[in-house]
Amino acid sequence: MIYQTSPLAIGLFFAFVAFVLGLSFYLARRTTSSEGYYAAGGNIHWFTNGIAFAGDYLSAASFLGICGMIATAGYDGWMYAIGYLAGWMVALFLVAEPMKRLGKYTFTDALDSKFNSKGIQLMAAISTLVVSVFYLIPQMVGAGVLVKPLLGMPHWVGVCIVGVVVTLIVATAGMASTTYVQFFKGALLLIVSTVVVVSLLTRGLSTEPKGLDGQEHHKFHSLTATLAADGSLEAEGYVAAAGWKDSEFGQAGFVKLSKDGVETIWHVQEGAAGTYTLEETLFVTTTANGEKLYNGSQKEEGKFFPVGHLKEIKINGQQVAQTGALGPLAFLSAVKDSTVVLWGKKYVVEGANKYEIFYQKPTPGARVLRPGLKFKVDNATGTEKFNFISLMIALFCGTAALPHILIRYYTVPSQAAARKSTIVAIAAIGFFYLLTLFLGIGAMTNGVINLTDNNMSAPLLALSFGVVLFAVISSLAFATVLGTVSGLIVAASGAVAHDLMDNFLGLKMTDAGKVKAGKIAAVVVGLIAIYLGIVFEGMNVSFLVGWAFAVAASANLPAILMLLFWKKTTAQGVAASILVGLVSALGLILISPDMWVRYGLLPGDAPVQFNSPAAISIPLSVIALVVVSLMTQKDAVTADATETAGA
Amino acid sequence: MGHGPAVKLGKDNAAGYKTKLGIGMFIVYTLVYFGFVVINATKPSLMQEIVFGQTLAVVYGLGLLFFALVLAVIYNQLCTNAEARLNK
Repeated sequence: MIYQTSPLAIGLFFAFVAFVLGLSFYLARRTTSSEGYYAAGGNIHWFTNGIAFAGDYLSAASFLGICGMIATAGYDGWMYAIGYLAGWMVALFLVAEPMKRLGKYTFTDALDSKFNSKGIQLMAAISTLVVSVFYLIPQMVGAGVLVKPLLGMPHWVGVCIVGVVVTLIVATAGMASTTYVQFFKGALLLIVSTVVVVSLLTRGLSTEPKGLDGQEHHKFHSLTATLAADGSLEAEGYVAAAGWKDSEFGQAGFVKLSKDGVETIWHVQEGAAGTYTLEETLFVTTTANGEKLYNGSQKEEGKFFPVGHLKEIKINGQQVAQTGALGPLAFLSAVKDSTVVLWGKKYVVEGANKYEIFYQKPTPGARVLRPGLKFKVDNATGTEKFNFISLMIALFCGTAALPHILIRYYTVPSQAAARKSTIVAIAAIGFFYLLTLFLGIGAMTNGVINLTDNNMSAPLLALSFGVVLFAVISSLAFATVLGTVSGLIVAASGAVAHDLMDNFLGLKMTDAGKVKAGKIAAVVVGLIAIYLGIVFEGMNVSFLVGWAFAVAASANLPAILMLLFWKKTTAQGVAASILVGLVSALGLILISPDMWVRYGLLPGDAPVQFNSPAAISIPLSVIALVVVSLMTQKDAVTADATETAGA
Repeated sequence: MGHGPAVKLGKDNAAGYKTKLGIGMFIVYTLVYFGFVVINATKPSLMQEIVFGQTLAVVYGLGLLFFALVLAVIYNQLCTNAEARLNK
């Protein structure tokens, strides 16, 4: 096992849970009106709201996912951060103040402010629910992922703990408690991440990193093997029989060696005549009965080592074994001039056993600090380039269309406060994303990466500085999930109770009834979130978040922007735009290569050859709005005339 | 439930100015952002060129983060000035 359960992390987590629950019950006494429940009475200070924005936005995907992606894929992981931050400029310049001016509790209010249309109320509520659920799944899955190694409990227990706590938070005091939970979590995340980065820069770089708490970093062995006349391979007592080259392993570039009854797998590189260089690998074996072995042993035996180191370091052209303390730019320069050992992955099937083999790939640092290790941009086909551009469009357009972000504009007292809180969010989130570059590269070079779960890279980097920092950052990781999930549940419960029950179905409830309906909806959505978090165990967190951004950008953003900036927009146009954006984005995702793999089919057989639908679904949504609005101009004029005559 | 904000908002005579300013700044940032995306998609090797001691990718990425903050602060200042001037 790479890391042990930390009593300190458990203690801090439960202390934080107790604190937020106490805060919620305290604030609940002040939440008696629907304004209080859905919009925290509109009285939150803009600075508090701005940090709460950051707390809401820096979800499990941002904190754990991006750091993990940078740790294993370098700059490509950071491109997610650049896209996520750029999306806030759309929110600031185009959406923040109008949303505040037009809306009341949910973003449906803003869309429907000019029309009072059942179509908009229904479509926007459905869109809110779909996007919120897509965003909820990875958060709940993330909770399970965290709880497994840290609390030593099964995945479903983690999901249930987070689900129950968050549902209690939301169902007691709604947006007020959600705001303060997000504020504390956002502020603490910024402070603790800064501490880790400063510690990292102070430590500097070394070819023999410190590794996890007190444990020495495993030194990966290299052997020189010679080929015998009969085709067998021999190296320092290890022997591979003749025919190894034609085996499943040999075909994939590996050789399985045996010594003292212990089997190991080595990456083979051909050298001068008859000699081979063999590099030690890490491998996970899945046996016929489904049992998983890590480097041939049970996980608890600790033979599956954490990885991540520099092969050589160059400072000002001089090769050194370690650097001393470095400034931020000097740190990046040193990595750029050095050689980083990244890890490739291949699958080999031998008989009933399946092997997942991780092998060393020494890579120039400058290559790590430019795109192309994850995204196919070098010598890419048109479709691959399209897929990359489409993803960057989704990240850019998705933020300003996320329902749980949009509802935060209703918690402040004025348009200027909405604008200022967005700027605070940009500063806080931008600073955090700057830190993620160092956290990710730090994990990449400090021997802390767990290759079977790179989501844990940031907490494990903290563990290399001692268990206290690890405990703090782990409990914050839980808080990250708590903060984001609570915001999503408020958005989803608002869509059910306010948009669907009150507006669309016209169940004219009393003010107390509206709050009660919101709380019941929060409990129901919370239970659904718990269920989905358990069902989707093992699914890639970033993959699901990418869906949420693409769907939000396609279904919501065209409607919001066209309503604000095109006078001919009609209610039917807005409803059609949401419907077309939602259906086309979801449809394209369901027939994408990534989904084809999940159906057990070959990705090459998928009807479309890209995974990110935004570059198609956003224009389709805009076209639907324009065409339907132009076709329904007469209806809009007639409705206006009738309204005027009636008045 | 009726529409409109949950809290009473005063009349904002600066709204038109702020909308135009927001659109202008949005266009500027969008061009810079998509410049980044287009270079990555069409000539990724350019991103490995060294500029100010770092790869162009790092300089451009950091530039996008800082540029966002600078534009946001300028936008806020201009909006605040306009509100003070037009909402007397």
